[in-house]
Amino acid sequence: MPTFWLVVALFALSAAGFFLGRQRALQAAGGDARQLHSLPSYYGLNVALTSLVPALGVLVIWLFAQPMIIESTVSGMIPDDLIPEATTRGLVMSDVRRVAEGLDTAIAQGAMTRDEVNTISTDDTDVRARLGEVGVALGSEVRSEVLSAAQRYRRMSQTGAVWMSIVVAVLAIAGLALAYLKTDKDFRARNTVERGILLLLLLAASIAILTTVGIVLSMLFETMNFFSLHSWKDFFFGSTWAPNFRGDSELSILPLLWGTLYISVVALLVAVPIGLFAAIYLSEYASYTVRSFAKPLLEILAGIPTIVYGLFALLTVGPALVKVFGRGEDGLLGVEWMSGATSVLTAGLVMGVMLIPFVSSLSDDIINAVPQTMRDGSLGLGATKSETVRQVVLPAALPGIVGAILLAASRAIGETMIVVMGAGAIAKFSGNPLEAMTTITTRIVSQLTGDTDFASPETLVAFALGLTLFVLTLGLNIFALYIVRKYREQYE
Amino acid sequence: MNDMTLVGKNVDTRNIKISARAVQVYYGDTHAIKDVDVDIESNTVTAFIGPSGCGKSTFLRCLNRMNDTIDICRVEGQITLDGEDIYDPKVDPVQLRAKVGMVFQKPNPFPKSIYDNIAYGPRIHGLARNKAELDEIVEKSLRRGAIWDEVKDRLDAPGTGLSGGQQQRLCIARAIATEPEVLLMDEPCSALDPIATAQVEELIDELRQSYSVVIVTHSMQQAARVSQKTAFFHLGNLVEFGETGQIFTNPEDPRTESYITGRIG
Repeated sequence: MPTFWLVVALFALSAAGFFLGRQRALQAAGGDARQLHSLPSYYGLNVALTSLVPALGVLVIWLFAQPMIIESTVSGMIPDDLIPEATTRGLVMSDVRRVAEGLDTAIAQGAMTRDEVNTISTDDTDVRARLGEVGVALGSEVRSEVLSAAQRYRRMSQTGAVWMSIVVAVLAIAGLALAYLKTDKDFRARNTVERGILLLLLLAASIAILTTVGIVLSMLFETMNFFSLHSWKDFFFGSTWAPNFRGDSELSILPLLWGTLYISVVALLVAVPIGLFAAIYLSEYASYTVRSFAKPLLEILAGIPTIVYGLFALLTVGPALVKVFGRGEDGLLGVEWMSGATSVLTAGLVMGVMLIPFVSSLSDDIINAVPQTMRDGSLGLGATKSETVRQVVLPAALPGIVGAILLAASRAIGETMIVVMGAGAIAKFSGNPLEAMTTITTRIVSQLTGDTDFASPETLVAFALGLTLFVLTLGLNIFALYIVRKYREQYE
Repeated sequence: MNDMTLVGKNVDTRNIKISARAVQVYYGDTHAIKDVDVDIESNTVTAFIGPSGCGKSTFLRCLNRMNDTIDICRVEGQITLDGEDIYDPKVDPVQLRAKVGMVFQKPNPFPKSIYDNIAYGPRIHGLARNKAELDEIVEKSLRRGAIWDEVKDRLDAPGTGLSGGQQQRLCIARAIATEPEVLLMDEPCSALDPIATAQVEELIDELRQSYSVVIVTHSMQQAARVSQKTAFFHLGNLVEFGETGQIFTNPEDPRTESYITGRIG
C-alpha cells in the first residue's frame, strides 16, 4: 500500500475512533453527559489519539530507518574491487538505487514482468538497453554485482513496505481497541488527553532541538572529511586563501576571518551609535505620537530582505563611494583611492544600516524596562534629562545594550547577501577600507555554487568554514544572553 | 546685617517657605486638584493626608515641578518659593528641583555604589571642589540620613544591595546631599516594615531642624506622630489645613472627622 493511502487510512481510522469513543462514553453514562468524568469529546479524542499517534510515530521512524538499513545491507554485497578509482562506495550505491528504480519503472510500464525482474542476469540480458527502452538512462554497463544488489534492494524495499503497513495497521487498530475498551463513565479521559497533548508538545520541541543537532553533526562530519584531505594547520594558521583544482590549494580561514571581522566592525561602527541614539530619542524624548509612528517605520528596515540591501550596496552606495574616493580628477576629492564599487566600506555601511533596527529596537525595549522611579529619582535631585539618561538610565540599561550589540555583531558576522554583492571577492589582509575584501560567508557561497565535486578539499572547505562561523556566532550569542541575564535580575 | 536677618528668620517658625494660591491641576480632561491654597512653613513637617486618589501626591509633585515630566499634566495658579513664582518661565525647573528635594514612595537607589548614589547630586551641581570635599559631603549626608554606621565600611557596595529600610534612608541621604531647602516625601514609609518606618520617622523629626519637610502619608498615626501641620485632601479639594493637634482632635469639617474616624477613605 502506498504510504500516502496508509496515512489517509490512519486518519480515517482515528476519526472513526473519535466518534466511537464518544458514543461509548455517552452510552456508559446512559446518554447523560453530566454523569461522565470528562466532557464526551475527551473520550473521543482519547480514542483518536491513542490510535493515531503511536502508529504515525512508528510510520515516520520506519520511513527513515528502512532505507538506511537496506542500504547498509546491500552495500555489503558490493566487493571493494568493484569501486573504481577516485570514486566512493556511495557512488556505486547510487548506481544500485538507479537500477532498482529502473526495474520498478520497467514493471510499471509493462516492459518486464515481476518474475523476469527478479531473475534476469547480466549474462543473458543487456540490462542497460532494456532499461533504456523504458526511459531510464544508465551511465555505464550494468555489472552483475550491481544488478543483483539492485534486485536485492528491490526485494527488501518491497518486503519492508509490506511489513510497515502491517505493523502500522496493527498498532492503529490495537490502540483504538484498547482506548475504546477502556472508555467508561469513570475513566479520566480529560487527564489522559492532557498527558497526550503534553507529549505532543514535547515532541515538537525535541524535533526543533534534534534538527539543530543534526545540522551541527552533518557539518561536523563533512568538516572531518575536509581535515582528512587538507591540513588543519593550513586551515587555521595559514596565511593565504587560494583554491585551485591542481590539488595544491592553500585554504586558510584567516584572510577570510579578517575580512569578516573588518566588515562587521565597520557595520557596528555605523549601527551602534545611530541605533543607540535613535533608541534613546524614541524611549526618552519622543512624544507618544512620534514614537507610535517612528518605531514601526524604523522596524520596517528590519523587514527588508538582505538581497535588497545587497542591490542597494552594489548600485547606489558603491558607485557613490567611488564618486567620492575614486575616479582621479573627476571624483569629488580628486583622488584615486577606490577603483571598483565593491569594498569593505560599501558592505560595512550598508550592513550597518541593516543592523540599525536590531540595535535600536532591542535597546529601546531595554531602556524602557529601566524603572520610571530611577528617572524620577534623578530628576528629583535636579538632574537634566540628558544627565539622567547618561548617568542613570544608560548605566542601568548597559548590560542589555551590550547584549543587543553582541547579537547585532553575530548577525553581521553571519550576513551573506550584502557581502556577496558589496564586498568583493579578493581574500587578503589589508587595512584599507576602500579595497575589495571577502568574507567567510561569501567564500562558502562561491565554493558550493556551480560545478562541485563533494570529494575535493576545495568544496569541503565550505563545511569547515561554515562550522567555524557557526561556533563563532553561537559563542557570541551565548555570551550576549549570559550578559543580558546576569544583569537583568539586578533591577527588578 | 544680612546674617542677622537670616538668623532672625530661622528663629521665626511662622516664616512661610512655600505658598500655593488657587492651584488647579488637570490630567488631560480630569480636574485633579481644585483650587488649593496652602502655606508650607520653614522648619516644620507638614503632612498631606487623604484617601487614595485625592490628589495629595499630585499636589506634592507640583511643588518641585515633577509634574512637568508628565506630558498631559497642566498646572494653573501660583506657587511661590521664598516669594518667587516657581512656574515663572524664567525659572529653571532643574535648579528648582535642586532646592526642593524629593523622596519617593518606593526606595529607588541608582544601580551604582552607595558612595556614587550620594555623590550623584553634588557632582551634577558641582557642589564639591575636590575629592576630599565630596567625601565630606557624602559622609555628612549619610550621617544625617542616619545610615552612616551601617554602610561606612562598604561605600563601594551597590546601593541596590541594601535592605528596604536602608535603601529608603539612602535615598533620603541622597536628597539631603544636594543641600535642598525643602524636602518632599511621597509616602516614604509605605514600602517599609514597622522598624524601618520608625527609623525613618525619627529621621524626619531630626530633618525638621534644617529643612521644611512635606510628607504625604496614608497612615494617620504617622501624620499625627511626625507632623506639626496637617492638610486633609478629598477628591481634589483641600478640605482642611491647620495644626496637626487641632485637625486630629477637633476637626472643623465633617469630612475630615469622617476620614479620621474611619468612616470614609
